[in-house]
Amino acid sequence: MIPTSFEYVRAKNLSDALKAMGKNTKVIAGGHSLLPLLRFRLAQPDMLIDIGQLRELKGIKRSGGGLKIGAATTYRELLESKELKALYPLIAEVTEHIGDLQVRNAGTIGGGLAHADPAADMPPVMLVLDATFVLQSKTGKRSVPARKFFKGPFTTALKPNELLTEIQLPALPKGVGTAYASFEQAASGYALAGAVALIAIAKGLITRADLAFTGLGDAPFLAPAAAKLVATTGDASLIDQVAQAAVAGVEANDDVHAPAAYRLHLGRVAARRALTQALAQAQRPG
Amino acid sequence: MKRTITLTVNGAPRSVEVEPRALLALVLRDQLDLTGTHIGCDTSQCGACTVHIDGRAVKSCTMLAVQAEGHAVTTIEGLAAKDRLHPLQQAFWDKHGLQCGFCTPGMIMTAADLLAHNPKPSEAEIRHALEGNLCRCTGYQNIVAAVQLAAGAR
Repeated sequence: MIPTSFEYVRAKNLSDALKAMGKNTKVIAGGHSLLPLLRFRLAQPDMLIDIGQLRELKGIKRSGGGLKIGAATTYRELLESKELKALYPLIAEVTEHIGDLQVRNAGTIGGGLAHADPAADMPPVMLVLDATFVLQSKTGKRSVPARKFFKGPFTTALKPNELLTEIQLPALPKGVGTAYASFEQAASGYALAGAVALIAIAKGLITRADLAFTGLGDAPFLAPAAAKLVATTGDASLIDQVAQAAVAGVEANDDVHAPAAYRLHLGRVAARRALTQALAQAQRPG
Repeated sequence: MKRTITLTVNGAPRSVEVEPRALLALVLRDQLDLTGTHIGCDTSQCGACTVHIDGRAVKSCTMLAVQAEGHAVTTIEGLAAKDRLHPLQQAFWDKHGLQCGFCTPGMIMTAADLLAHNPKPSEAEIRHALEGNLCRCTGYQNIVAAVQLAAGAR
C-alpha cells in the first residue's frame, strides 16, 4: 500500500531535527522499521523528519575502554568496523543476523533499538553489555541505561519529543566470553526465542554472568538466575539448571508461530547454548 | 504536497516531481519508466525491487523517493556497459539462473553489491548475501552457480 500523506523535512543538523519534533511527527533514518508501518498505515504521521544524512549521528568512536556508536550508524557500517569486531564481537555476530543484506545497508542501530520490536536481536545484546542510551530533546539530554529503556512491545523510555542519539558501550572485563543463540521464525527471521550470554572468568572462577532473552515476552529481559553461576566454574549441569530457572515462570508469547510452552522450551535451549558458548570463549587462553 | 527532487539515475541527473510519500520503486517505474525494477511484495521481503543507492543494494520499495534526493541510484538498466551484458547478466544467462525472470533484476543488483565488496565469495557467503531475495522458480541452485561464475569471470 501507499502511505498516507505527510510532510517531509530533511534535517540540516541535530538541533534542527530536535526542534521539528512534536505532535504526530516521526523521525526517519534508514526507514526499515518505519516504512513497513507507513505502508500498512499503522503509522500515519503528519510529518517525517529525515535524520539519515546527519553526520553527527553517525560513526563509531573509542571512549575509555568502550565505544560510542552514533544512533544513525547503519548495520553495514557496524559490520565494516574493525574496532567493533575486536571489542564487541557479539555485536558483529548479531548484526550479521539482522534482516538481510539490503536491510543491513539501510537500517540503523538506533532506529532498530528505538523501534523496540519484542523479537528483535539487538535489544538483549544491549541489556547484557549494560549499554547506556543518550536521549536528546530540544530542551536537553539524558542518559538512560538500556536495562531501563525497553518497556513493552514497541514501547520505550523515549518521550515523543526525544531522539535516541548515541549508544554508549562500557569496557568489558578481561577474560570475557559472549554468545547469541536463537531460533528464528523461518519467513521473517525474527526470533521465536533468542538468548544472549556474557560470562567473565578470573582465576578459573566466573566473576560475572549475564543472560538476556528476546522473543519470549513483551520486551527483552535479563534473567536474574544467571547470577547463580558466579563464583563457580560453570559446569554443564549448573548451566542447564540456570537455563531452566531463567525461563521458569516467564509468561511467554503465545501465537500462531509458536505456543507459549514451545517458546519457553526454545528459550531454555537457546540459553543453555549461549551460556555454554560464552563460557568456552571466556576459558580460551589469550 | 508535491516537490521536485533531483537525483542521479544510472549516471544521469534527473528531476522528478513527487509526493513525500512516494516510494522510490514506484517513482522509478511509473515516472522514470525504469520498469526493470520489479515489485513482488508489500512487506520488504522479496528483494525484486533492489537497486543501488551510492553503490549499495537497497530495497527501493522500502525507501521514499525523497530520501534518495541528492544520491546516485543505479537500476538494472544502468548496470551494463553500453552494448555488452554485465558479467552477472551473462552468467545468469549461461548458468540458467532464471526461469520466469521476475526476481532476476533484484538478484543481480544484490549479487553486484556482494561482488563489489567480496570479489571471491564462498558458496555460503553467496547464499547469505541473497537471503533477502526470493525466487519461486529456480530453487536457487543455478542462481548461486551464476554468481560463482561471475565472480570467477571478474
